[in-house]
Amino acid sequence: MKLNGAFWPSSKTLCLAQTHHLSSPREHTLSQAVVFFEVEILDAKTKDKLCFLDKVRPLHKYYPQWYAARQSIRLDPKGKSLKDEDVLQHLPVGTTATFYFRDLGAQISWVTVFLTEYGGPLLLYLMFYFRVPFIYAPKYDFTTSKHWVVHLACMCHSFHYLKRLLETLFVHRFSHGTMPLRNIFKNCTYYWGFAAWMAYYINHPLYTPPTIYGEQQVRIALIIFLFCQVGNFSIHIALRNLRPPGSKTRKIPYPTKNPFTWIFLLVSCPNYTYELGSWFGFTLMTQCLPVAFFTAVGFIQMTVWAKGKHRSYLKEFRDYPPLRSPILPFVL
Amino acid sequence: MSAPAIGTTKTAHSDVAPKKKRGPGALATAYLVIYNVVMTAGWLVIAVGLVRAYLVRGSYHGLYFSIEKPLKFFQTGALLEILHCAVGIVPSSVVLTGFQVLSRVFLTWAVTHSVREVQSEDSVLLFVSAWTITEIIRYSFYTFSLLNHLPYLIKWARYTFFLVLYPMGVTGELLTIYAALPYVQKTGLYSVTLPNKYNFSFDYYTFLILTMVSYIPLFPQLYFHMMRQRKKVLAHVEEYKTE
Repeated sequence: MKLNGAFWPSSKTLCLAQTHHLSSPREHTLSQAVVFFEVEILDAKTKDKLCFLDKVRPLHKYYPQWYAARQSIRLDPKGKSLKDEDVLQHLPVGTTATFYFRDLGAQISWVTVFLTEYGGPLLLYLMFYFRVPFIYAPKYDFTTSKHWVVHLACMCHSFHYLKRLLETLFVHRFSHGTMPLRNIFKNCTYYWGFAAWMAYYINHPLYTPPTIYGEQQVRIALIIFLFCQVGNFSIHIALRNLRPPGSKTRKIPYPTKNPFTWIFLLVSCPNYTYELGSWFGFTLMTQCLPVAFFTAVGFIQMTVWAKGKHRSYLKEFRDYPPLRSPILPFVL
Repeated sequence: MSAPAIGTTKTAHSDVAPKKKRGPGALATAYLVIYNVVMTAGWLVIAVGLVRAYLVRGSYHGLYFSIEKPLKFFQTGALLEILHCAVGIVPSSVVLTGFQVLSRVFLTWAVTHSVREVQSEDSVLLFVSAWTITEIIRYSFYTFSLLNHLPYLIKWARYTFFLVLYPMGVTGELLTIYAALPYVQKTGLYSVTLPNKYNFSFDYYTFLILTMVSYIPLFPQLYFHMMRQRKKVLAHVEEYKTE
């Protein structure tokens, strides 16, 4: 919530109120009827009144470390955070407004996190592919696999993460600028760990290419993979186009002229559906159990996210299409 | 502060009683009482079995064999506790309970049962005795709690004996895993090597070593958690003595 006013950054809660004409110096002050609000600052835990203001000053004047992204201002200590766009006049407060401040902890931007967590797998996989020393037995250093499916897998894996990096930079429009700092460690461990684990086996000198249906299996797997990559990209573009630049609006996504988006008829989060499909294809292509594990874990996580997103769509939009499932048509 | 409902807590490592009023229904309570009574009895059987075997043989060695079957049965039966949490009749974390029970089951089956050569080790007796005493106290604690007649002695024992039993059990477990290592390496037990058509490998020997290493961060956390619980629970003694 942007009150040009002060956000007292104590670990205490902070109560703000604002005088009408201080809400934003750039806004036109309305008519002569000046409505005065007062600010009182309370401790979130003990509810002691820490101070009372009838003038508001910028928060970081007092505590520069509590930058805006770390601030969570809410009307209730346990409630949801107010949004940046919220206007004081439209909130259910009287002439004395009471807000509660919570420090969200060190924050890091989504873009930074995404670039790091996707850059790792891209590079790590290539290290295994080129058989950099200290991974496999010394006699294999800098050799390449004799199986063509291994080259194909490297191209697919690299393409996938390159696509993700480019989408992060040019396609995605993020609702929140930041996330808690500790997420980057958690996320990178997950992505980097699995990438290394998969890459180790696929690029291993003793790797066994698909035996069940051989070349045909790899071909079909490649088609599935590419199809889902295009599908996933189409969905990302469609979602981007739902939201004008700089805005944070949320709308129901609908199928567009692109056939890959027609899946919106049946599914709320087709980006996850296509992502699952891509990794399923990759599993089939490499016939590697660690890849299957990665696909399974990703599937579970994406299903949780899809269900959450589906639920919030239903809550937010009365006219949400009833036929849609969260991630798998009719099934899940 | 509202009084925690002790009767419905059933966490392995935490007895921070939830403030919510709803616990298990009447049927679930009856089932849980029976479950806990049966488990208490089972571990008593193991305790008695150990004592008798000792008296008969006159030595501490090889007592495992005399209680092997009830140990496997009742320790494995504890898997039901994960179900209890998942279904909600016990207000504990599924993850925490699962972790606790699975690690016990792992030691019982994947180490002690699978590697015959360690069965005659004294370290096995060390952890089996620790488990036996702990479980007898723990299950009777739950039984009495469910019936709302928890004798202070049991509560005290539950939150005091662990101070010795926990390190004792951990020592026994670690020594047993350590003793199993050479045999696992020699026979390649539970291990998968390359090449194979699923492009996967698993080295049980390395896995066991990593398991042992994991005790280093995990054990202190659990131990100090129990100590904090002890302070909390035994400090409120006056309030709960009568109910």
